[in-house]
Amino acid sequence: MNILVCISSVPDTTAKITFKDDNTTFNKDGVTHIIGPYDDYALARAIELKEELGGTVTVLNVGTAETEPQIRKALAIGADEAIRVDAEPTDSFFVAEQIAAVAKENSYDLIMMGRETTDYNSGVVHGIVGQLLGMPSLSPVMELNIDGNTAKISREIEGGKEKLEATLPLILGCQEPIAEWKIASMRGIMTARKKPLNVRPAVGEGLTSVSSYSLPPEKGDCKMIPAEEAEKLIDLLQNEAKVL
Amino acid sequence: MSVLIFAELEEGKIKKTSLEAIYYGSKVAEMTGGETVVLAIGEADSAELETAGAYGAVKVMHAGGQELKEANIVAYADTLTSAATQIGAKVIVTAKSSLADAVTARTAGALKAGVAGNVTELPDLSNGFEVIRSVFTGKAFAKTSINSEVKVLAIKKNAITPEISGNKAAVEDFMAPVSEEAGKAKVIKTLKETGTVSLPEADLVVSGGRGMKGPEHWQPLLDLAEALGATTACSKPVSDMDWRPHHEHVGQTGVKIAPNLYIACGISGAIQHLAGVNSSKVIVVINTDPEAPFFKAADYGIVGDAFEVLPKLTAAVKALK
Ligand SMILES: Cc1cc2nc3c(=O)[nH]c(=O)nc-3n(C[C@H](O)[C@H](O)[C@H](O)COP(=O)(O)OP(=O)(O)OC[C@H]3O[C@@H](n4cnc5c(N)ncnc54)[C@H](O)[C@@H]3O)c2cc1C
Ligand SMILES: Nc1ncnc2c1ncn2[C@@H]1O[C@H](COP(=O)(O)O)[C@@H](O)[C@H]1O
Repeated sequence: MNILVCISSVPDTTAKITFKDDNTTFNKDGVTHIIGPYDDYALARAIELKEELGGTVTVLNVGTAETEPQIRKALAIGADEAIRVDAEPTDSFFVAEQIAAVAKENSYDLIMMGRETTDYNSGVVHGIVGQLLGMPSLSPVMELNIDGNTAKISREIEGGKEKLEATLPLILGCQEPIAEWKIASMRGIMTARKKPLNVRPAVGEGLTSVSSYSLPPEKGDCKMIPAEEAEKLIDLLQNEAKVL
Repeated sequence: MSVLIFAELEEGKIKKTSLEAIYYGSKVAEMTGGETVVLAIGEADSAELETAGAYGAVKVMHAGGQELKEANIVAYADTLTSAATQIGAKVIVTAKSSLADAVTARTAGALKAGVAGNVTELPDLSNGFEVIRSVFTGKAFAKTSINSEVKVLAIKKNAITPEISGNKAAVEDFMAPVSEEAGKAKVIKTLKETGTVSLPEADLVVSGGRGMKGPEHWQPLLDLAEALGATTACSKPVSDMDWRPHHEHVGQTGVKIAPNLYIACGISGAIQHLAGVNSSKVIVVINTDPEAPFFKAADYGIVGDAFEVLPKLTAAVKALK
């Protein structure tokens, strides 16, 4: 079982979001970056599958040299080797093209991604890659088991889930509870330093670009209602906020 | 420049968020001078599909073939790509959802289209084609220009308020060949709640966190939700512990919602939770701890025990009706 796991590098979920250069650039000063939380689930399940079935796990990131700590972390968690396509991941189609280019040169049984990145929340890279490679793509996947050439999958749908069976190779966008996030062991961190990380140039160009950013307006004050008079809330929601 | 809207059907009806997308699409068509066409896949009768006209659609292409009975992502995407090609659509609009994302992504791949998700306003055409989208899980907005010939836009809920006319759309049957990949993933079983409004569609949501103490204590929350006609949600630890089903989990790693009213009971308001609910119009927080961070993001707050407050609210709602 050869698995490609695509990871994004995103600001920590608690990061304060600010911009600089006249609101044209995301301000990375003081912001810790992490492996995308959904990608981390995909990685965790990929490593479990490798332990169960053998094979290799390759991690792939499209990003600048700044993302190497996240790639090393993925190696420390248990991936065998890594590829970084050296480019700013500014656009979904562009990122998908890079992933497809790597996948065409190697034959992976599974390409696992997160359901979406937590910076742009697009949730489309897996689908675009699926189309570019002529493979089925499924997202968001909550359960994945492999039985020979068949993947047994449960996928979340609005208000429930569906069970599917699909033939490999496949592309999946993953989310919990597919696996529990893994943490790197001391030994993992040591060995990660020696694992191969290949850097390659990008192909093609992006189809979208961001010209400026803005922040949402500040929330006004919270109106407090004494617990003893809780029923007054309903009146306020109906007549003041007008949402009932 | 024709605009094609991918509309989702739910129990034979066009989803409410899809109607918003149709209206949005018709505005884009007005701005760019073109026709507004809807693609609806699945089962629905013509009388229902005609109502897309009230939201600005001229024509509805209805694909209801056998292989489209289940929501097969590949088959849906192939159908959407064919429809877009047939009418020469330059803009494809959809309501943001996990199905629409998965389907339009493949179509974007096929048509080499730039994608912008979580779009919150009509495009600005003064300098190419620019849209505002919500990014960093609701913490910021990005003005984004789409430079490809075909553009895919996924609209955020409540981004636009439709004005409804008395028009009816013409309904045509549509069938397109489906690629071989579609047969490689087969749905074996679907488990789904019926008769309830799903979370991404809901206007009213009542949500519970760890402060609700255990699954056996959920009744007061369910009672309020029922009285309001609201959908229920929960925090991540609650679904992790299996107190509530996973599809109720909202937040950074859960469903992102944009209801008119979000009532949070026994939820501390961690930043990852807020990321999923910060697009709500009005937020109510009920928490025993006056220092709970959620109050800073709330419009109305009650410091108190959810088990005492909830029954009072339920009684007050019932008294309204
Ligand atoms: C990468 C990452 C992603 C995450 N994604 C999500 C996500 O998508 N969604 C999410 O929700 N969390 C997410 N989390 C977890 C998040 O950080 C918090 O741990 C979680 O939201 C806390 O849930 P809670 O508010 O239910 O529980 P707690 O933080 O334990 O809060 C319980 C609250 O209930 C109050 N309370 C207790 N008793 C009562 C009572 N009788 N009546 C009223 N109030 C009472 C307490 O004062 C307290 O404020 C994520 C974390 C990480 C690291
Ligand atoms: N820069 C990137 N490098 C590698 N994989 C990525 C990158 N961006 C997104 N992905 C993968 O694609 C998934 C969906 O991303 P998106 O469509 O951007 O929300 C993510 O969860 C990742 O697994």
